[in-house]
Amino acid sequence: MTALVWADSENPDSPAVQSPATPRPGRAQRRRPPVGRALLLLVFAAYFFIPLYAAVDFTLGGSRRNMGHTLSVWTGLVHQEGFTTNLMTSLKIAGGTVLLLLVLMVPTMAWLHLRLPHLRRVVEGVCLLPMAIPAVVIANGIIGAFKSWPQAITGSSWILILEYVILALPFTYRSLDAGLSAIPLTTMVEAARSLGASWPVTLWRVVVPNIRTAIASAGILGAALALGEFTIANLLLLNTFPVWTDQAGQQDGEVATTASMLILFLSWLLLMLVSHLGRGRTAKKSLKLRRSK
Amino acid sequence: MTASAPADVPAGVGEPTPAAAASPLRPAGPRAGRLGRLGRARRTRPADLLGLAPFAAYVAVFLGAPAYAVITAAFKDDAGHATLSNVTTTLKDPYRHAFTVSIELSVLSAVLGAVLGLALAIAVSGARRDGFVHRAVTTASGVLAYFGGLPLAFVFLATLGPQGLVTKWLNSAGYNLTQHGFVLWNMAGLVLVYLYFQIPLMLLVIFPALDGLRPQWEEAARSLGASRRQYWLRVGGPLLAPPFLGALLLLFANAFAAYATAYALSTGSVPLVPIQIGSVMSGNVLAGQENIGNALGLWMIVVVGLVVVAYTLLQRRTARWLR
Repeated sequence: MTALVWADSENPDSPAVQSPATPRPGRAQRRRPPVGRALLLLVFAAYFFIPLYAAVDFTLGGSRRNMGHTLSVWTGLVHQEGFTTNLMTSLKIAGGTVLLLLVLMVPTMAWLHLRLPHLRRVVEGVCLLPMAIPAVVIANGIIGAFKSWPQAITGSSWILILEYVILALPFTYRSLDAGLSAIPLTTMVEAARSLGASWPVTLWRVVVPNIRTAIASAGILGAALALGEFTIANLLLLNTFPVWTDQAGQQDGEVATTASMLILFLSWLLLMLVSHLGRGRTAKKSLKLRRSK
Repeated sequence: MTASAPADVPAGVGEPTPAAAASPLRPAGPRAGRLGRLGRARRTRPADLLGLAPFAAYVAVFLGAPAYAVITAAFKDDAGHATLSNVTTTLKDPYRHAFTVSIELSVLSAVLGAVLGLALAIAVSGARRDGFVHRAVTTASGVLAYFGGLPLAFVFLATLGPQGLVTKWLNSAGYNLTQHGFVLWNMAGLVLVYLYFQIPLMLLVIFPALDGLRPQWEEAARSLGASRRQYWLRVGGPLLAPPFLGALLLLFANAFAAYATAYALSTGSVPLVPIQIGSVMSGNVLAGQENIGNALGLWMIVVVGLVVVAYTLLQRRTARWLR
């Protein structure tokens, strides 16, 4: 565009400049009026907001006749049988999932980038496999595969932690891969090693701090997944917060909806954190670019 | 979205060693092949592979073993003898019906989600990149795309269920939803609910591709005399086609594998394949058909697996021009 303007001022009679310039006013007229776009956005906004509004209204007792809105369902939630224990179970599972996920994947991904970069496609393919095998099928397979395993693992939160790590692999790979691709990993590690740092020290004090945003997003997404997962927990007959919510829903819709909103707000808070982290990183990057120019 | 270098080298040529690059006239004989193999051998040391052992072992045990268990059990009868009867039984009713309903729901919600998502993405991409609308839609879709499962079912029950807010609004306006054949757990209802996570997922997948279409390409085409229609037909359309198709496949797989939402909406009564598997697991199965659930699982892996593989390939094609 700047080139065209420049040519224009220097050689105003050039037909070559005139012809590409002519369609522009016509295009501006043909462009959809902003009213249509605003209407479209409004319809989408209604579709996405009305259910949330309705759900909040429902949890405040809006569906009961002749009664004002009240917070009683929310405040009464703590006294519901099984609420606290199951919420704690789910929080523990989320913590365990994040810890195991990062302990397994951060060293693996760093090693992959350092020593086996040509195998990245293979590992990516393996990490995407959980997308190709539905959770229902995994649940079915767990029963068949781990029949002989001790009940302490297969009949407890442990099996859920172990399997949620698998379910988290696709986005964990993407997040850590992006983080490691963005730093001069080889140089950093060679520098650390030549200064006498051992492998664990290099990993912990050089690699981890430099990809902490990527690690944080992977961890947060893993926590959100573990907090909301229902399929495997329900089919393995294990009690977690979402399973409790479903059972509550068979007796009291208001309690179940309130518990659902709690899961939602918790995981949204976590996911907002991820998008905030991501924005902070791109903002920094664009700042750097602008400076270098 | 970084394409690693080796993938761009044609298969069979091997790694371009510095020697080969320096003398392009060297005939590509067996020597070149040996050089290539040597180069590769130097890069993959067995000791290095050991670093991947924990990861490989973990995936093998906690994903490989369950998948293997499902696939082998699909070909066994209750006594453990080899049989094809499970696999063939699952192709007949009532399971055939479940597959039809599942596929219908997945196709409908994927196509509608992809088209509506693309429309929304185009409407938003016209807005300023750092403006409120663009930022709000990107953040919201990042959050809503992961919002499937159980909570979604209860949110929609509070909206369009028998006691739902919108149901009541419509009732007071003289329109009874149930009389007009709408319930949340029939096809129309499920599609409406599934779109709540399908549209945001479409936005997440298609935004990078849409943002990656550089305005310079359109300017170049138009300065060469192409009309706007010609640009979309010959340049923009073909560039967007692979990511759009890929997104369509991802949405299909996403809907096909979903269990929790439909389960909670209908308390397990909708005839969908995942719900049938769950119901078999809970013991609702005839004697002699204990492995029906595994056979259904096998078919699910086949369908979703093929779709995901196709999606990954299309995604890699897009990654070539998307920077």
